[in-house]
Amino acid sequence: MTMKTVLNELHRAGGGRMVSFAGWDMPVHYGSQMEEHHTVRQSAGMFDVSHMLVVDLAGERTRPFLQYLLANDVARLQTEGKALYSCMLNQQGGVIDDLITYYLRDDAFRMVVNAGCADKDLAWIKQQAEPFAVTVTPRRDLAMIAVQGPQAREKTLPLLSPVLAKAAAELPVFHAAVHDDWCVARTGYTGEDGFEIMLPEAEAPILWQALADAGVSPCGLGARDTLRLEAGMNLYGSDMDEQCSPLEAGLNWTLAWEPETRNFIGRKALEAKRTAVDNKRFVGLLLEGRGVLRNHQRLFSDGVEMGEVTSGGFAPTLQRSIALARVLPGTGETCTVEIRGKQVPVKVVRPPFVRKGKVCINIEGEKS
Amino acid sequence: MSDVLDELRYCSTHEWVSSVDKGVVSIGITDHAQDQLGDLVFVELPEVGQVFEAEGECAVVESVKAASDIYSPVSGEVVEVNEALMDSPELVNDDPYGDGWLFKIRITDETELDNLLDADGYREVADA
Repeated sequence: MTMKTVLNELHRAGGGRMVSFAGWDMPVHYGSQMEEHHTVRQSAGMFDVSHMLVVDLAGERTRPFLQYLLANDVARLQTEGKALYSCMLNQQGGVIDDLITYYLRDDAFRMVVNAGCADKDLAWIKQQAEPFAVTVTPRRDLAMIAVQGPQAREKTLPLLSPVLAKAAAELPVFHAAVHDDWCVARTGYTGEDGFEIMLPEAEAPILWQALADAGVSPCGLGARDTLRLEAGMNLYGSDMDEQCSPLEAGLNWTLAWEPETRNFIGRKALEAKRTAVDNKRFVGLLLEGRGVLRNHQRLFSDGVEMGEVTSGGFAPTLQRSIALARVLPGTGETCTVEIRGKQVPVKVVRPPFVRKGKVCINIEGEKS
Repeated sequence: MSDVLDELRYCSTHEWVSSVDKGVVSIGITDHAQDQLGDLVFVELPEVGQVFEAEGECAVVESVKAASDIYSPVSGEVVEVNEALMDSPELVNDDPYGDGWLFKIRITDETELDNLLDADGYREVADA
């Protein structure tokens, strides 16, 4: 059974090339993935991300519940609307999902979780929430549109209600403004400025059309993936999963170890590995030879296997192939990747590759 | 609806072959194939002098989405490759039957062309 977002007909009418993604019928592009990518880096594009699930949490003990549920600490959320990126771990310290939590009111938080993880997340969250008497409400009645790019905010603000427009205009990065059933967050998955807008399903096609009329280009999941890869942002299911520790997925910065007294799910398992010298490193790769880096390609150093590409592809902004990869601790500044039986040189770099339209790594040196 | 040219022969694996000119045929991928692949970002061509059997793997095209093998529609020796694709793989998207050709083969046995699809036959494959 394929699910459709409320914008499905608009995607089809707009020439969207539809694919199945996590059980949803979604546009991968509307003609050219490459052009959509450049549009987001240079002006403004919009993505239907209604397949992601909004989960509302309510109850007096929601905050302590989230401090137990999540590896990052919602104690960091002290102003209304502030957002926090976190992993949700299992007892073994593996990543069940990565998600964003918004602090709405003292007794109300909101989470946005990955489409492909929605069912298992919901089951897990409900199970953990019981002792805290926290109400867990999936909000399939809400659609979600991401508007991203250097012109995204200026093109979006005039289309919001006056109250919301005023609040949204003043939002610091990683904060959200809420009015009625609308929630405008200054967040995204592209490395560009912009908003992610949660709104009632019935109003989503109207906003989508208004954004299109304002010159915001519809973009598909294809560009969303190359944009997030350039931005050095992890993709759940490729870069980490339940068998993978955040310590080996470049997500150490999302683990709140202090205060030591905070017991969160997975803490014990992670603490045992926290300073382990054999933890794999999570790195960026820049392909120096010809070809394209792809998921699961194997990496070598002097004939010794050092790790594998967790997500790779062509970076339209760099006009080079890049990847995120998990490698053994001893990996140096260069190694090789096996592409169709050949060893091709790659440079090991520190992500992100591109942020706010600017290239962040040294890409000197000609393609060999 | 993608273009299928009447004057070419086709494989069910979405390659096209030109008619024979002084023993040589041009080979590329169809409009339907480039449309399905999306924006091409890399093309790995055979080397001049390499010899292929019909249906042998001879090149790779990679789009933003994935890598796809290209099979030689006929047997023969590679006599020329489209060097322009090294820097501009998007030519295959822009002009799959023209500037986006992949390579040329000196055909060993012209009767192999009879095993290939004509335009109507390929239209059925592409529409399926």
